[in-house]
Amino acid sequence: MALIDLANPSRFLAFAGRVLPWLYGVTAVAFALTCYRLFTISLAPYEQRQTIEIMFIHVPTAWLGMFGWAAMSVAALGTLVWRHPLADVAAKATAPVGAAFTFVCFVTGWLWGRASWAGGGNLPLEYMVLDARLSSVLMLLIQYLVVIALVRTIEDPARAARAAAILTLAGAVILPIIKFSVEWREGQYTLHQTSSVFVSGGPKLDTPILVTLLISTVAFTLLFVTLQVAAMRNEILRRRVRSLRLMYADERPA
Amino acid sequence: MTALAALLTRDIRIALRAGGGALIGVLFFLIVVVLTPFAIGPEPALLVRVAPVTLWIGALLANLLSLDSLFATDREDGSLDLILMARSPLELTVAAKAAAQWLTTGLPLVVASPFLGMLLNLEPSESLAVTLTLAVGTPALTFTGVIGAALTVSLRRGGLLLAVLALPLTVPVLIFGVAASSAAITGAETFGASFTILCALTVMSFVAGPLAAAAALRLEME
Repeated sequence: MALIDLANPSRFLAFAGRVLPWLYGVTAVAFALTCYRLFTISLAPYEQRQTIEIMFIHVPTAWLGMFGWAAMSVAALGTLVWRHPLADVAAKATAPVGAAFTFVCFVTGWLWGRASWAGGGNLPLEYMVLDARLSSVLMLLIQYLVVIALVRTIEDPARAARAAAILTLAGAVILPIIKFSVEWREGQYTLHQTSSVFVSGGPKLDTPILVTLLISTVAFTLLFVTLQVAAMRNEILRRRVRSLRLMYADERPA
Repeated sequence: MTALAALLTRDIRIALRAGGGALIGVLFFLIVVVLTPFAIGPEPALLVRVAPVTLWIGALLANLLSLDSLFATDREDGSLDLILMARSPLELTVAAKAAAQWLTTGLPLVVASPFLGMLLNLEPSESLAVTLTLAVGTPALTFTGVIGAALTVSLRRGGLLLAVLALPLTVPVLIFGVAASSAAITGAETFGASFTILCALTVMSFVAGPLAAAAALRLEME
């Protein structure tokens, strides 16, 4: 079966039904492997385990939150340019998943920042420190919620999907802002560290920690894909229920 | 007179006559700026630090509140249908309407901002620097806000949704506008970099805003 066959909603439903149990299994295995590594490797260079273990949640959810918006932008192009049948289903399914990941990234980032930036002698233990990256991630979360709100406000699913596609493409400007928010605002109120993984001289992390981070990223990515495929299946079924209801309302005598 | 010029003059005339004219936006801007010393106290050093931000956010909100009626009034009396069926490309028509909006709302804000800057204890030269960034940045605010106005044109109570749609899109302009203003006030050397990026954002919005808004209008009015 070629990839293009998946554009047919019924074929996609069949595909999703077959693939989802495997996805659940592989995701569970990946998370189990992450936990195993967390309990066995030594986090020697860092003093407090909790503040470094939060990195294994924070970094993958950060990447996936931004990846979610990028995926929605590609789906938006699919809706507006190529009229792909499942593009708006994909966008609508990805939005809540991406929002959840961005929320987790924001909360873990806030907690981690509060723990590691404060008490080091140069900052008091404040409740919330909204530096450049925290506020731009919060703005990404708001954009997710705005797209979900727009889709729910417009009645007709096709029009709602195209409106959301336009908004998604316009809002993609937030992604470079998040990426470069730390480098642009040098010297101003930036507390977030600069990149440690994708650096031109090679990653700055020790290998055991780097490997655990990568395994954790794979686990979270599998979780994202699983949730997205399941959400797409739900959305296709929801649309079928809506069509059936409309047909039923048409047929019944007034 | 070409069709676009006629549309531009019509919009300017309507905006100047109806709804209190251009000065209502300035009045709102003034109120926001005056509220700040009430809220944070009259300490001069603090006001100077907060001045660029207050002026920018005041301009942003004044802009936002007047975007509501950009397409809605035309839709109600049917002129939006005529505009959509006209021979001029819809993108240029939207650009003309956005330009009229800026001339009647944004430009008065820019003209008022030196005086409001003096209210916030800025030196005249600093005040003029903030005015310059506002002069370059307010067109960007209007042209990206036009996207939100087009997306919500057919919604009944779309006022708040319009604000919620338009505000995240204005974040880059706000970041660089305030960065340029603050750099001019403190004398840092990053004014040039921030200002040129602000100019670039404005020019980009001249293209991207009408394109997206025209697509949204065609979608909403079909």
